[in-house]
Amino acid sequence: MRTLRLASLLFLALPAGCGGVQSALVPRGAEATEIDALFWTVTWVSVAVTILVVSFVAIALWGPSRWRNIIADHWVVTVGGIALPVVVLSALLAYGLIVMQVGAARSASADGPGITIVGKRWWWEVIYDRPDGSTVMSANELRLPVGKPVEIRLESDNVIHSFWAPQLGGKLDMIPGRTNVLTLEATEAGISRAQCAEYCGGAHALMSMFVVAMPPEEYEAWLEAEARPASEPSDEAAERGRTLFLENGCGACHTVRGTDAAGVVGPDLTHVGSRRSLAAATLPNDRDAFARWIRDNQHIKPDNLMPPYGNLTDGELTAIAAYLDGLE
Amino acid sequence: MSDPANYTLPNPGPRPEGEEEELLRIWARPKGWRIISAVNNTVIGIFYLGIAFLFFLMAGVLGLLIRTQLAVPENDFLSQDLYNQIFTVHGTTMMFLFAVPAVEALGVMLLPQMLAARDLPFPRLSAFAIWAYVVGGLVFFSTIFYDLAPDGGWFMYTPLTLKEVSPGDNADFWLLGIGFIEISAIAGAVEIVVGTLKTRPPGMSLAKMPIFAWAMLIFAAMIVFAFPAVILGTMLLEIERSFGWPFFTAALGGDPLLWQHLFWFFGHPEVYIIFLPAAGLVSMIVATMARRPLIGHDLIVVALIGTGFFSFGLWVHHMFTTGIPSLSLAFFSAASMAVAIPSGIQVFSWIATMAASKEKFRITTPSLFVLGFLFIFTVGGLTGVMVALVPVDFQVHDTYFVVAHFHYVLIGGMVFPLFATFYYWLPMASRNMLSERVGRWVFGLMFVGFHVAFFPMHITGLRGMPRRVWTYPGDLGWDTLNMISTVGAYVFAAGVLLFVIDLVRRFRPVITGPGGPENPWGAGTLEWLPNDVYSTRSIPFVTSREPLWDQPNLAKEVQDGHHFLPNAPTGGRETIVTSAIEGKPQYIIRMPGPGFAHVIAAVFMAAFFLLLTVKMVTIALACGVIAIGACLVWTWGLDKGPEKGEVDIGGGISLPTYQSGSSSHPWWAMVVLILVGASLYLAYVFSYLYLWIVSPEVWSPQGSPPLPDAFWPIACAGLILAGGAAVFGAGKLLPEPGRRGAGTPLLLLIGAAFLAGAVALNIWSHWQTGLRPTDNAYGAMVYMASVLDAQLVAAVVILLLVAVARHLTGRLDRVRRVVFENAGLLSAYAAAQMLFGLLLVHGFPRVAG
Repeated sequence: MRTLRLASLLFLALPAGCGGVQSALVPRGAEATEIDALFWTVTWVSVAVTILVVSFVAIALWGPSRWRNIIADHWVVTVGGIALPVVVLSALLAYGLIVMQVGAARSASADGPGITIVGKRWWWEVIYDRPDGSTVMSANELRLPVGKPVEIRLESDNVIHSFWAPQLGGKLDMIPGRTNVLTLEATEAGISRAQCAEYCGGAHALMSMFVVAMPPEEYEAWLEAEARPASEPSDEAAERGRTLFLENGCGACHTVRGTDAAGVVGPDLTHVGSRRSLAAATLPNDRDAFARWIRDNQHIKPDNLMPPYGNLTDGELTAIAAYLDGLE
Repeated sequence: MSDPANYTLPNPGPRPEGEEEELLRIWARPKGWRIISAVNNTVIGIFYLGIAFLFFLMAGVLGLLIRTQLAVPENDFLSQDLYNQIFTVHGTTMMFLFAVPAVEALGVMLLPQMLAARDLPFPRLSAFAIWAYVVGGLVFFSTIFYDLAPDGGWFMYTPLTLKEVSPGDNADFWLLGIGFIEISAIAGAVEIVVGTLKTRPPGMSLAKMPIFAWAMLIFAAMIVFAFPAVILGTMLLEIERSFGWPFFTAALGGDPLLWQHLFWFFGHPEVYIIFLPAAGLVSMIVATMARRPLIGHDLIVVALIGTGFFSFGLWVHHMFTTGIPSLSLAFFSAASMAVAIPSGIQVFSWIATMAASKEKFRITTPSLFVLGFLFIFTVGGLTGVMVALVPVDFQVHDTYFVVAHFHYVLIGGMVFPLFATFYYWLPMASRNMLSERVGRWVFGLMFVGFHVAFFPMHITGLRGMPRRVWTYPGDLGWDTLNMISTVGAYVFAAGVLLFVIDLVRRFRPVITGPGGPENPWGAGTLEWLPNDVYSTRSIPFVTSREPLWDQPNLAKEVQDGHHFLPNAPTGGRETIVTSAIEGKPQYIIRMPGPGFAHVIAAVFMAAFFLLLTVKMVTIALACGVIAIGACLVWTWGLDKGPEKGEVDIGGGISLPTYQSGSSSHPWWAMVVLILVGASLYLAYVFSYLYLWIVSPEVWSPQGSPPLPDAFWPIACAGLILAGGAAVFGAGKLLPEPGRRGAGTPLLLLIGAAFLAGAVALNIWSHWQTGLRPTDNAYGAMVYMASVLDAQLVAAVVILLLVAVARHLTGRLDRVRRVVFENAGLLSAYAAAQMLFGLLLVHGFPRVAG
C-alpha cells in the first residue's frame, strides 16, 4: 500500500518540476491556470478513490474476518457504488461548470481586435485585426498581448485541424465551414508552443508554431512593424536572392508584400526572417535552414505541399536564403 | 436453497440402449478439412476466438512498431506514411477485428453451454458471420503489407477521408472492409438476442439467468442500436467518395461534423459493447472464486442495463473541442459522469463478494487477472471522469493522456478479463488446462508492463504531446517518458508471448473429442455440466441461479439422461425453445447440421465487398450473385414443416416440432433485424434533419428546385399501401397443407412489384424536378432516402420471390408458413419506412420552408 501511494505521489510530482514549452502543467494563461486547478483537484480526488478501492480489495482478500464481514454486505454497494460517486461526481461537475462559466465571461470581455488563424496542410495562416479595422497577414507564429483576453477565430478551408497552445488554454477545432472562437489571455510574457491536435493526415506531427506573449505596448509596436511591406535587401547577395526568388516562381505560392510575389497557397513570407521557426516549427530560423528547406523539404517534412527545388545551385540557394533571412 | 426433493426428475427411469450413440452420431463433427463446414458452437466458437486472438497479436505487433518508432525523438525507424497506416490499422483492428469479435466469440462459445442448449438457434448464421469475418478481416489487415492500408485514423474523420484529400483506395478498404465486418457483428447479435431469450433450459426464468447471459443480451441489443449509425456513416462516406454526393462537404451544404456524430453515436456505445461482456465474465469468475453467489446481483443487472442505456447519451463527449454550444457540453458532461455510477456499483459488488468468500477468496490465475482488471479499470474510470470534465478535456483531448485513458479502460476493462476467461473457461475448448505457475508470470509481466507502458503517457500528454504523431522534437520533455513507455510495451508483449508459448504447449482442442476437465473450479453454472459434442446428455430443469451448487446431484442426473430431451426424437439436431421470460418449454427447434452453402456465401460476400473496393465491379457483382445464390441454397432447406408432429421430452411434456407466429425463433430474429433496419433509418432521419439545421439555405424550395407536386408522393403512398395489402392478402389466401392456389403467388408478386414500383416512382418524381444528388447536401439526402428504401425493398422482393417459389413447390401453406411470415413482417416494415420517408422528404421542406 505504502509503496503504491509513494509511487503515485512520485509520478504525479515528477511533471510539476519540469515542463517544456508545450506543457499544460506550466500554465501561463488565464484559462490554462483555471483548468490546472481543476485538474489537480480531480487528480487528488482520483488518488483518494483509488486508495479507497485498493484498501477495500486488500481487506476483502487478506483482512481479518471481522473486517471482511463488515464489508461483505450490501451497504458497500449502496454507499461505495452509488452514494459516493453521486456526491463526488456532482461536486466535480459543478466545479467544471463554474470553470466553463468563468471562461464564458472572459470571452464576453474580449473586445479588442481579434486574430484569425486558418489551419492549412500543414501550417497556420495568422491574420491580425488592427484597431483601424485593417488586417495583417502573417503565418506560423502567434503573438499575443499579455493581460488582454483576445478573441481567436479558428477556421479551415481543407481538413479538420485543432489549435492548441497548452500553456495558454485548451484546444478548439478548426472545421471547414465553421468559425470557432477561442479566447486566450496570456498572464505573463514569454514564449510557448502550440501544436495541431487533430490528426490532419500526412505531416500532422510537424504542424506546430511558437506563441509569443508580449507586453501590450511591445505587441502594438510589433503589429505596427508586421503591417509594413517587406524590407529591402540589405546586401548584394540578398538582392540576388530576391531576383532568384521571383524568377523561380516562388511568388506563385508565397506573398512578400512590396514585391510582385502575391501567391496565397503557401505562408506569407513578408517578415519570415523575424519568426522563431520555419515550416511550422519544423526547423530553426536561420540561413542554413532556409537553404535546406528549399532544396530538401520533402525529406524534412514529408508530403508537405511545396515542391523541392533540387535544381538550384548552392550559390543560388545561399542567395535566396540570405534574402529570406533578411525579411525581418 | 432448493433441495432435489423440490423437483421430480423429468425422465426418472433408465434410458434405452443406443440413445447416447445416436446423439453422438447426430452431433458428430465433420472430419479432417471438412471441419470448415461445421456449424456447432463449440467448434466455430474456437475458430472465432482463435482468429480474434490472432488479430490481437497482429495488431499488438503494430503497437510495438509504434512504440519502437516513438522510443526516441526524431526517429526514422518508420516513415511518416507507414506510421500513419500502422496506427490506423492498429486501432481499427483492435476495435473492429479483435475486441467486438472476441466478445461475440465468447458469446457463441459459452452461451449455449451456460444455457445448456445443444446449440445456438441459428447455427449456420453464426458460422456465416464467422467466415465472413475471417476472410474480410484477413484481407483488410493484409493491406498494411502492400501500402494500401487506410491512413485516416480509426475514426476516419471527414474531410480528411474524402476523395479530394485521400484519393487512393486506402480509405475505401476501411469503409467497405469495416462496413462488412459490422454486418457480421449484427448477424452475431441477432443470434445472441434470440439465443439468450429463447433457448434457455426449462425453469430458467430471466431472474435465474447467469450474469454473463445478461451482459451478452445487453451487448447484442446495443449492437442492434449502435452499429447501424456507423453503417449509415460508412455508406454516406463511400457514396460521397465514389459518386460525389456531398454529405460532408461544407461548401455544398454538407458538414464534416455529421460524420463525427454518426461515428461516435456508434463509437461510444462501442466501448461499453466491449466492456459489458467482460464485466459479465468477471462477475461469474468472482462468484466462483468466492464460492458464493454475487452480493448485489440484482443491482449488477440494473447497472448493466443502465450502462447500456446511458452509453447512448455520451457520444458528444468525443466532440467537446469541436465548438458545440456550452449547454450541450454541460449535458453530455453530466451524462458522461453518470455512467461512472453503474461501474461503481459493479466494482463494489465484486469487492463485497470477495470479502464474503467462503473461507478466503481463491487467488488463482483467473483471479489475478480479475484483480488486475479491477485496479486498471478503476484508474481508467477515474481518468474517464477527468476527461468528462469539459475544461480538463479541452486540455487533454487528442493527447497521450487520452491514449493512456482508453488503453486503461480497454486493456484493463476487456483484455485482462479476456485473459482471465482464457484461463478460467479453457476446459470449454481444450482437454488440458493452462499452467497456473506460468500463468502467474504471464499476469505479472502483463500487469507490470501495462503500467510501465501506459501510466507515463498521462504525463506525456499533459506535457503537450498530441496523439497520432510519428515523430517529435527532443526538447519538449517527452523523450524519457516515451522511452519508459516503449520498455513497458515490450514487457507487456513478453507476457503475451509467454501466454502464447504455454498455449502452444498445452492447448488440445476439443474439436476432436470430448471436453476438458469437469468443473475444475467448482463453479455453479451449467457450462460446467459434463458434456460431449451434443452438449449435455439431457437438458436440465433449473431451479436456481447456480444450479450446480443448489442441485447437488444435477451433474449425475443430467449425465444419466434423467432431465429433458435425453434423446433425439426427430432423428436430427434439435434443442428446446422456452418462453422469453419464464423459461417454459414451448417447442423443439430442428437445427441444421454441417454444410458448405453458408461458407460459400460468406467467402463470396467478402469477395464482393473487397473487389468493389478495388473497383473490379464486374467480378464483384458476379461474386455477389454467387453469395446470394448460396444463401438461397442454404435457406431452402430450412422451415422443415410440421411433419414430425409432437414429441415427448420428459416430465409429461409433449412439444411440437414446428412453430410459426410470434413465439417462433425466426419471428424473433426478424423482429431484431427490423430493429436494426429501423435504427439505420433513424440515423438517416437524424442526418437529414441535422444537415437541414446546419445548411437550411440549400434546402428546397429556396436553395434547390421545388418539391415534386403532391400528386407524386400520394401516388407512391398508394402503391406502397396497395403492395402491403397484397402481401397481407396473400397470407389470408394461404391454402390448407397439400393444396396450392393461384391467389397467393399472384398477390405476392403484385406486392413485390408495387413496393419496387413505389421506390422507382419516388426517385423519378425528384429527378424530373431537375434535382440531382450531386447538387448539394439536400439533393444527396433526398436521394439517400431512396437508396435506403431500394436496399430494403430488394431484400423484401427476394424474400417474396422465395415465398412464391416455396408455395409453387408445395413448401408453403397455412401451417408451414414461417417463410411467408418473415417476408410479410419485412414487407410491413418496408411499407412503414417508405411511408415515413415520403412524409419526411416531401413533407418536411413544405412545413419548414
